[in-house]
This record gives sequence, structure tokens and C-alpha cells, in this order.
Amino acid sequence: MEGSVKNLNRRNFIRISAFAGGGLVLGFNFLSSCSSEQSSSQLIDLNAFVKIDTNGQITIMNPNPEIGQGVKTALPMLVAEELDVDWKDIRIEQAGLDTNKYTRQVAGGSGSVRESWESFRKVGATARQMLINAAAMGWAVSADTCTTENGMVVHKKSGKKVKYSELVERAATLDVPQEVNLKSNEAFKLIGKRIGNVDNQAIVTGQYKYGIDTKREGMLYATVIRPPAFGQVLESLDDSEAKKSPGIKQVLRFENKIAVLGQSTWEVLQGAKKVKAQWKDDGVLESTSDYKKNLRDTLSKEPSEEPRRKDGNILTGFSSAAKIIELDFEAPFLAHNTMEPMNFFAHVKEGSAELYGPIQTPERTRTRIAELLGIPEEKIAIMMTRMGGGFGRRLMSDFVEEAATVSKLAGNVPVNVIWSRESDMSGGFYRPMYSYKYKAAVDTNNKLIAWHHRSIGVGNGAASGDSFPAGAVANFQVDTQEYKSPVPTAPWRAPTHNFIGFSEQSFIDEIAHKIGKDPVAFRLEILEQAKNNPVGKVNYNPDRFAAVIKKAAEVAGWGKSKAGNIFQGFAAHFSFETYVAEVAEVEKQANGKLKLKKVYCVADCGTVVNLSGAETQLEGGIIDGIGHAMYAELTLTKGKPDQTNFNAYRMIRMREVPEVEVHFIQNNEKPTGLGEPGLPPAGPALANAVFAASGVRLKTQPFIKSGLFA
Amino acid sequence: MAAFNITVNNKKHEVEADPDMPLLWVIRDVIGLTGAKFGCGIAQCGACTVHVGNTAVRSCMFPIQNVGDEKITTIEGLSEKGDHPVQLAWKEIDVPQCGYCQSGQIMAAVALLKENPNPTDDDINKTMTNICRCGTYNRIKKAIKSAAAQV
Repeated sequence: MEGSVKNLNRRNFIRISAFAGGGLVLGFNFLSSCSSEQSSSQLIDLNAFVKIDTNGQITIMNPNPEIGQGVKTALPMLVAEELDVDWKDIRIEQAGLDTNKYTRQVAGGSGSVRESWESFRKVGATARQMLINAAAMGWAVSADTCTTENGMVVHKKSGKKVKYSELVERAATLDVPQEVNLKSNEAFKLIGKRIGNVDNQAIVTGQYKYGIDTKREGMLYATVIRPPAFGQVLESLDDSEAKKSPGIKQVLRFENKIAVLGQSTWEVLQGAKKVKAQWKDDGVLESTSDYKKNLRDTLSKEPSEEPRRKDGNILTGFSSAAKIIELDFEAPFLAHNTMEPMNFFAHVKEGSAELYGPIQTPERTRTRIAELLGIPEEKIAIMMTRMGGGFGRRLMSDFVEEAATVSKLAGNVPVNVIWSRESDMSGGFYRPMYSYKYKAAVDTNNKLIAWHHRSIGVGNGAASGDSFPAGAVANFQVDTQEYKSPVPTAPWRAPTHNFIGFSEQSFIDEIAHKIGKDPVAFRLEILEQAKNNPVGKVNYNPDRFAAVIKKAAEVAGWGKSKAGNIFQGFAAHFSFETYVAEVAEVEKQANGKLKLKKVYCVADCGTVVNLSGAETQLEGGIIDGIGHAMYAELTLTKGKPDQTNFNAYRMIRMREVPEVEVHFIQNNEKPTGLGEPGLPPAGPALANAVFAASGVRLKTQPFIKSGLFA
Repeated sequence: MAAFNITVNNKKHEVEADPDMPLLWVIRDVIGLTGAKFGCGIAQCGACTVHVGNTAVRSCMFPIQNVGDEKITTIEGLSEKGDHPVQLAWKEIDVPQCGYCQSGQIMAAVALLKENPNPTDDDINKTMTNICRCGTYNRIKKAIKSAAAQV
């Protein structure tokens, strides 16, 4: 895919300047949204994306938050590919929030690579062209006769070579090229290779400092006590014992919470236990059983909101049906359970603030903090640390706001507010509870002619209108509504899709079974319909979708007899612009119990940027998806979480993990993300294998409660 | 409060602490080594795994008064340059995603290999019980086998 960039604004570029080490820097800033307002004489920044110093050190900045999804490796790879430098010579640095230099500093929606694919390569290509131009000028040859290899400009005819570091000073004085060529996929040397996580050395030696490891001069540790149940408020407080506890410096009351500050994490966690607080109910406290009943009751009535999507008329479809198939599903709340509990460092000062820690949404968070503290955004610095997991929890800014509030109330003291695991698990922002009703109809030819999905959630996002098989069914409707409650919910890895994938793919399997069709053939038939006779908007490419399904069937040996008591289940789901098909294999043991042995996965994410990172995201997404479908739920009794730590909330462990085999569709399409799309098909692939082995249709999670498993 | 003499990564420390203070917090907050992580505080997740003598211990529930004369090794003391065979295998296989649980996973794996230099899948499944939410388990297993072949 050849591409070119036009109309680059010279003023958006930075050329040269001294920096602390005494070297010189070539910086590029043409993604800056506000650069048009800057004058050409102004030195904007030195290190937006690329720094090349005269000693030869090349540094590439990663602007996006790293939560384990691999962007800190993948995004700099895009720059390095076009810059034509040897990966082992590159140093990667994490950038803090800087809206003047960068756009979209967010970790969410599997969007970082997808959104940066062109712009980051243009950064590298533009830098490379300026270095070529500088060399050509020095040699008095045409730039067209020069090329690059591994950090050097080369003039083939004369055999001359010069290192980038020797060219930066001149390059920085030259005009910015108005047009640059991007490599074709065939020319990639780095993209598509297996590249290790850039922080591996620091991680395996224990040197990497996560947010929770932050310690500063004069800093106090703090922890926060919240109402034990959702729907309770703080009535009174006796902190006399807590204040006498060793190491405790302050106990503060704010909102409905209590902060305990002290000299060490252990001391504040101990001190917090000595706080005597009285809480009172602020309204009715609901339990999981109440939510289940209320969701079902609401769902049995006419929906209060307009359909999310409506094609044809489902009533017409159902009235002309040869067969009607129905199935209901229910999903529990899930905690995010990042391995690094919530924490943030805050130092609020007079008229400014410094914030440091794990956050997926630094820009939005800064706005919230500015409003909270009444301090202008430009006076608030936010630096992102590598995060010990995000999964959507760190899209929220509640814990940053808390840290800032505590720092301010404590008298502008630097604080690191650290949540205990119990606080983290019982403090809310869960994957919503959902309740779904599916109804479908086939005609006398067993063709799918109507599909109705009715959905409700405690929290929003119970359904998406355009999900498969939307576009392939003449009469199609999705209804959704929200049940309001005091339980805070939030996006959770593959929001909405994490349960839609399960219900929709289980229901497809059920329909195929009921009409006597092979589940893979039935899916392909639906996709043919979407391709040849689309109904309304089709947000997926039927050919690409069919390709992952066919390939998954092929690699898993679908439909072929398997050795032993092995049963297979199929699922395929399109989310975040990526197509993923998975086949799960369960073994039926002598006692009739089932055990998941293997998951095959085929993904079409367009061009694979980092093969190792791409594989590990899919493997991890599958294991995470299986783990939560099999074992996880968070339940409430009168508003209070019943599970507050890993002794009660079951997470998947090594002995429960299946073998995972990942394949990619090879193409030259624009890359799409992989942090989330591997997860949605995992649960239904397993559930459909369970159906094949046992005839039992799993309709709720966690599956372990079915009693079918070894 | 009481005084304790403990050796961490071959370095002696005299520490004033509550005898019940878990070793994790002595290591992190008092001595200042942050490679061992806080995950759950109830010895369930293993992010805090360190060695007391040759044994992998979940330090978040291990009171300092129980250390006695045993030498403590944390991830920082495993090798000078990150070149312990297990660390090398972790890099070679590209195990970490978020990386937070990995120091505990590595310490558990090192202890396993000391005890059992050629573990089977079953041995690994039984011994490696640390939690990883990113789902790096299969790469952890592969890295342990790769390291076993090197040792």
C-alpha cells in the first residue's frame, strides 16, 4: 500500500535545539492540533516523537498509555519502520499527557494501533526524508539517488554512507518535505516481526516502577474507606483509635469517605481498620436476587426506549415463521481486578497540581481534576506509568480525583493513595449485569427471517444494534434499556461485546441445532445473505468474516471425527474492527465431567504489527474470556459485595488454562486492535462445545455452577 | 515495635518494625525495594512472592518475626544483570503483558526449578498458582520449560 502525505506545515515541525545532554534533537510535531497558531520562530517542543542526538542515540516516544496491550512496543515500531533504523539501537520513552504535542492519548477501544497506523509511519518517513535531503545536500547529489539502511543515508553510486546522527544538525534547518512515500507492506523489515515488550528487562528484574511503587520526598501513604454497601452514606465517625495507631498522621473525612494518611502502606492499612464509622442507608439496598428479578420483570414489559436497530418488521417475520426459537441469557456483575490495585500519586499545590500514576484516560482525567480543584488545565501535569492492568477500570478517574482531594485536604501534601484489594473489588465500577431475551424465526426453507434481541442492564450498554447477524436478516430488531441503580458500572474488556458475543454466538448455535444445520455452514450462509442481499447497514465485511470462520474450521479440523471423547464448539465475533473465530475443544472424562483442553483462534486484524504482541493479546484475551465465563461473578447482598478478595472471587489459574493456538489471516489491510477482540468468542466457543458434549445449553455465567465440569 | 536484623539480597538491614508487619511491607516501605508487588494481602495471588531461604513465600502474609536467620531474596537479587536463566527465558518467550504479576511468577518459577529441575506440565500446574489477569499462563509454562532446559 503506497501512500503519500501532502501539505505538511513547516511550522508544525521542530527542527533543532540543545537539550540537557548537550546533543541535538530532531523533533516532529505535525500531529499537533494547535500548531497552526504557533509562529515559525517559536521552538515548540524537542521530543514529540523522535529524538536523534549527535552521539547517535535515537529515542522514540510512546504517547499512549500502556496497560499491557503492547502499544509502548507497537507504536514506536511504526515510527522505526519508516525511519529505517535498527530496532536494537532504539530507546523508547513514555510521554506524559501533552495535548499540544499529541492527539488521542487514550488506552481504550482497541484503538491505538488502528488510529496511529498512518500518522506514526508518516512521522518516521518524514524524518527519514529530511535526513536524506541533508545528506544529498552535503554530497551535492540528488536526493532521489540516496537511500537509507539501518540508521544511515547511503549513496549507492559513490558508495558513500553517513550516520543519521551526523546529519541531524543540517536536517533540522531544511524545509519539511511536502510529500513522503510510505513503504509498501512487502518492504517492511520490522512490522510483522516478533518483537519483545520494550519494558521486559525492567520488568523481569523488578526495576520497573509502577504507580503503586511511587515514593517521593515528604510523601504520605493514604488509603480510603468507602461505604460498605452501594446506597449507604457516612453518618458518623470515631477516629480516636485510628489516630493513635502507629505511623498514622491524619484522618480526613470527605464526601462519604474517610482517608487515613501515614508513613507506610502497612500502617495506613492497619490504621484504617481502627476507624469506627457509622453508615446509614440512603434508599433501598438491592441484592443480586433483586436485580435478577427486576431485570426479568422489566424485560417482560414493552421496552421504554426506541429500538437500537430496526430492519423490516419482526412481527411480520414471526407471523410467517415455520419455526420459532427462543433463548434467555443472564450475566453477573464482574470486577475488573487489575493485578495492580487502584492507586495514584497526587501533589496539589497552590494553583497547580502534579499527578502521577496508572490512568487510561489522562486527558479526560485532567479536565475532571481541573474542575475539581479549580486549577487551569495547563497547570496540571499528568504522567502515565505503565499499568498493572486496565481492562476498562482505569478509564474511570475516580481514584485520581480521590488522590487529588486527599492531597489538598491534607494541606497540599504529596500523597500516594493506595487501595487495598478489598477496596478495589468492593469499590464498584463493575461490568454491568445483563438480562437478554432472544427470539428468532426461520421459514419453511430453514432460512433465518426474523431476529429480536431484547436487552436490559444494570448500567448502560446492554446491547449494540449493529452486531452480527444485523444486515443479514430481513426482519431484525434490537431493544435495550438501562436499569438505574447505585452500583457504579464501567466498560470492562470488550464492553458490551464481552457478553453479546456469548449470547449471540450461543443463540446462533442453538438455531443451527434446532434446524439441523452445521453451525459453521449456518454462519457462512448468513454471511452470504449479508453479502448478496444486505439489509440496512452492514458494519462488517462478510468476506473477511467468512474467511476467519473457514480458516478456523480448517485449522481445528471442524467436522472431522476427533480422537477420544473430544467435542468442539464454534464461535466467531466481530468487534473493534477485528474478526475473530474460535473453536473450543472439551474432553468428556470417564465420569462424564468435562474439561476444556484447547482453543483454536483465527484473527483478521489486517496487517500484524508485532507478531509476538498480537499473539499474546489473543492468547490472553481467550484465557481471560474463558476464566471469567467459567469462574467469575460478583454478587451483592443488600448493596454489599459478597466477594472482596481472591479467596472468594475466583480467577483462572495455570491448571485451568487450555492450550491456545493462534493463526492470522495474512493480508495487507490497515491494522486493527487486538486488546479486546479475542475475548468475546472464547466463552461461547466453550459453551457450544459443552452443548455438543452434554446437550446442556449454558445460559448464565459462571459456567462452573452448572456442575458439568471436572 | 522491635528490632530485626534481616539479610535481603545479601545485604544486611537493621529494621524497626511491628513483629506482625508482613515481610512484603518491610521490603517495600522500609527497605525500599519495590520489585515484590502488593496484589491481595491474603496470600492468594502471589504477586508478592519472594524467597525465604530457598522457599517461595507469599510475603504479604509472612510476619517479619518469622524470618529468623533465613536469607531473603527478592526479584532484584536474583541476578546482577537480569541474566538468571528464568529471567532470560521470560525475555526470550516475551512473557509479560502488563508485567505486574511477573516478579512473583518468576520467583515462584525459580523456586520450582530449584526443587524440580525438569518439571512436567502437571508439576508446573500444581506449583504455579499465582494469578495473572492478562492471561500469560501459557507463555509462563513455555518459559519455565525453556529455562529448565538451560539450567
